[in-house]
Parts: sequence; C-alpha cells; structure tokens
Amino acid sequence: MGFSGFRVLKEGLFGQKGWTPQWRNPDPKDEYDIVIIGGGGHGLSTAFYLAKEHGMTNIAVLEKGYLGGGNVGRNTTIVRANYFLPGNSEFYSHSLNLWEGMEQELNYNTMMSQRGVINLFHSDGQRDAFARRGNAMVNQGDDAELLDVAGVRKHLPYLDFENGRFPIYGGLLHRRGGTARHDAVAWGYARGADQRGVDLIQNCEVTGIDIEAGVVKGVQTTRGAIRAKKVAIVTAGRSGQVAAMAGMRLPIESHVLQAFVTEGLKPVIDHVVSYGMGHFYISQSDKGGLVFGGDLDFYASYAARGNLPMKEHVMEAAMTLMPMIGKARVLRSWGGIMDMTPDGSPIIDKTHIEGLFLDCGWCYGGFKAVPGSGYSFAHLLATGQHHAPAAGFRLDRFRDGVGLMDEEGTGAQHNLH
Amino acid sequence: MRINCPVCGERDRREFYYVGDAVALDRPDRDAGLDAWDSYVHLRDNPAGLTRDLWHHEAGCGAWLVVTRNTGTHAVSDVVLAREVVR
Repeated sequence: MGFSGFRVLKEGLFGQKGWTPQWRNPDPKDEYDIVIIGGGGHGLSTAFYLAKEHGMTNIAVLEKGYLGGGNVGRNTTIVRANYFLPGNSEFYSHSLNLWEGMEQELNYNTMMSQRGVINLFHSDGQRDAFARRGNAMVNQGDDAELLDVAGVRKHLPYLDFENGRFPIYGGLLHRRGGTARHDAVAWGYARGADQRGVDLIQNCEVTGIDIEAGVVKGVQTTRGAIRAKKVAIVTAGRSGQVAAMAGMRLPIESHVLQAFVTEGLKPVIDHVVSYGMGHFYISQSDKGGLVFGGDLDFYASYAARGNLPMKEHVMEAAMTLMPMIGKARVLRSWGGIMDMTPDGSPIIDKTHIEGLFLDCGWCYGGFKAVPGSGYSFAHLLATGQHHAPAAGFRLDRFRDGVGLMDEEGTGAQHNLH
Repeated sequence: MRINCPVCGERDRREFYYVGDAVALDRPDRDAGLDAWDSYVHLRDNPAGLTRDLWHHEAGCGAWLVVTRNTGTHAVSDVVLAREVVR
C-alpha cells in the first residue's frame, strides 16, 4: 500500500482505520538463497537492493531483537559526502546520491533534510587542510564551498567568533549534506524489502554458523536451523562475536561513542556544525532537541554508555563554540557500540569461507553509509564481484598494508581510531 | 572509570592512556611470518566480557599496566604491572 499526502488526509478524515502493518512477521523457512544476519540499517538496505536491483527475493533477514533497534535507532543522523581519500570518497559520494533519491525509491518519508554541513576551522593550517578536502570533494563530483569569517557569520551568527583561544577563521560548507530521520530509514528499507518478498524475521538470534569443508551451509538460530547458500554478516557493533561463530578473528575492536540530546527547543540551529578545535558537532532534530556528540572514549567497550571525561570535554567544547546553548538542559545521553577497524574505514568483502560475506567495521560513520553499503554489499552478494564504489573496503588490506584508508592520518592501529 | 595503579593507588581514568588488548605483550619473532604479525597488530578477540588491556599511567608514575576489565560493565577487577606479566 502506497503512502501519499492524499492518503494521510483521507485517513485523517476516516479515523485512521485504513492503515495496515508495514511488513509481515513470517516464521523462518527451512532454506533460503541468502541469509542476512542483522536487521539494522545496513542489513535491511542490503535485502532491499538484492530484491530491487538483482531480483533476488528468497532471502531472510535474521534480527535478534527488533528491526532497527541497534545503532540505526540511536545515532546523530548525519548524512554527508565529505571524505578525502580515494576508496572512501567515491563510496560516500555514491551513498549520498542514493540518499537523495531514497524517499521516492522507498515511497517513504525519511525526512531527508539537506540543511548543509559546516566544518569550522580555527587556524591557517586548518584552512589549508579544509581547502584541500573541499577540492577533493569537488573533484569527486560533490559540492564544497570554502567560507571566510563573514561567510560563516551569515549562516551561523550565534557562534563565539572572537574566542580568545580558538577564534573562527572560516568553514567548509557542504550544502548537500544534512540529516535524515534514522528510524524511518530502517523502516523504509524494511517495508520495501518485505513488499518484494524478503522474510524479515525478528527475535531470531543466530547462535552458530554451519560450515562444511570450507563452504557455508546455513545458520543455527534460536528459532531452529536455517540452510542457506550464502550467509551475510551485517552486525556492526557485534561483528567480532558473530564472526567468531565461523572461527574468524576480525581486525575490529568495539569502542563506545557517546551522544547527547537536549530538551526540545524552538528552531535555533539550522545546519550541522562541527567544531575544529574540540570534539563537538551538533544539529537540531525536527522535534527540536539539540543532538550533539564528540569522540570515542578510547577503550574497548560494549557497555552502551560512556564515562564522564568525554562528556565533560563535549560540554566544554560546546560552551566554547556556542555559549548560547548553555541554558539548554540535556535530556539524555547514550553510548553506541562502534566496530572500530585499525584505519577507521569499513569492510565489505568475501571471507576465506565460501559463501560467507562480511559487511562491518563502520566505525563512527555507519548511518550515512546505510544506502551505499546495502547497494554495494548486495552487488557483491549477487554477482560475486566487488561494486566499484566499495572496491577499496577489502578485509586483507590490513594484512598486506596495501590500500589502507586512514582518513585522519593518525596511523593504522587500533587505539588511534 | 578508575584504575587502581599498583604504584600510585586508585586514580581517575584520565591519567591513563589506553594502548589496547594486552596481546601487545606477546610480540612475535621478527621472522614469524605475515599471518603471525597480522594477528598481532590487527586481529582481535574483542570479547564482550572480561578482557585484558594494556594501559600506560602517563600522567602518573609512567608504569605500563595490564588491566583486567569487563567490557560490558567497565568494572576493573585486576591491575598488575606489565613487567610482572612479561617476566
């Protein structure tokens, strides 16, 4: 059943009685062509593009909890294509193109809001780095504008421009960047996949992966054994545990990344703004809450909550940059579990086990990658060939040291990303 | 999170620098081969539960510490000097 403004009006007039569930709730079959482990944003978009682009519908998505209940349900919702390095750059560019067509493609209001992303800089050296990044973005076919102080002032008049220690020198504006409604993205892909015949199976935890003579045969779950020709692991945050069921160790350490939401306020912050001299970035949700976050806590963690030092840093950075938000009250904070790879870039690849595939290592950037990751992973699953925009996301780049994508330039080792 | 340094006593997490899994103490031989080095530098068990980390008390006594910690709760159950582990 399609969604439209007309239907919203009609259902409003007739007591909202015509709405039906957006997807089925099927029991698992004995066998599928492809089993996708993980019903988050990436798993659901993978299922959707397998059905839509490759005509494959004998597929199950197995989710241990409820659909979209992991990191896609709790993140800072930012969408952008401002990556610098080859390998990352073309992937996020492709993903942003998919974001722009997503609402029509899914017939779903994902509240995509291209409000612009502004990365502030605070020194001549930082300006050079952002000018270079902007050029790389333009060369990739995306948009970037270098703003001087007057330019930033026009967009963000509320900042503390004359801060004694970190005055603002300008900003890099990426107009096509913005935010989207994170839950709606998961729901939209779920509905689209279900409509095409994909079985979305919730409360179904995978407890084992069956492998015979180096070939994957299926999975064991809390709802029985399921045979499959191919098995796709899309469980960022828990990738290590799932891969261990196949006897694999991954180049991943799970870390905690905190974010915060204030009470709802009238519209005050129109863009996505990031601070260049501290770990702080912010946007305002359509409900009015200020959504902001910082950097990793920098120790391995599955606790889904962080410690006070990073909270303190984020609040200090916020007050340094935009003192006006000091009166807003923080409603809640949370910590996401991040699959951190040594170079801070993701993995979409086959494994040494035939029929077993990996989509993981999304570090702190998984949300903006949801459509691109699903599209490229579906291509790999269906054709056995790497999709060009994601061809750099190889598992063996760490072992061989070739093709590392260290976007921050800090070195490809675990405790630096 | 507070870490009980065997030299200095219980101190705030901010005084310590996290290096990562204590696998860092099991350095392979120089000619152990690519797989052994890949495993040492990159691959991790990444347990959800008890883990052994290597931390540096950089804003304190400068000691290297092996910290046994629960990644699900952040509870620190044991801290020993790395040099005693390696010995």
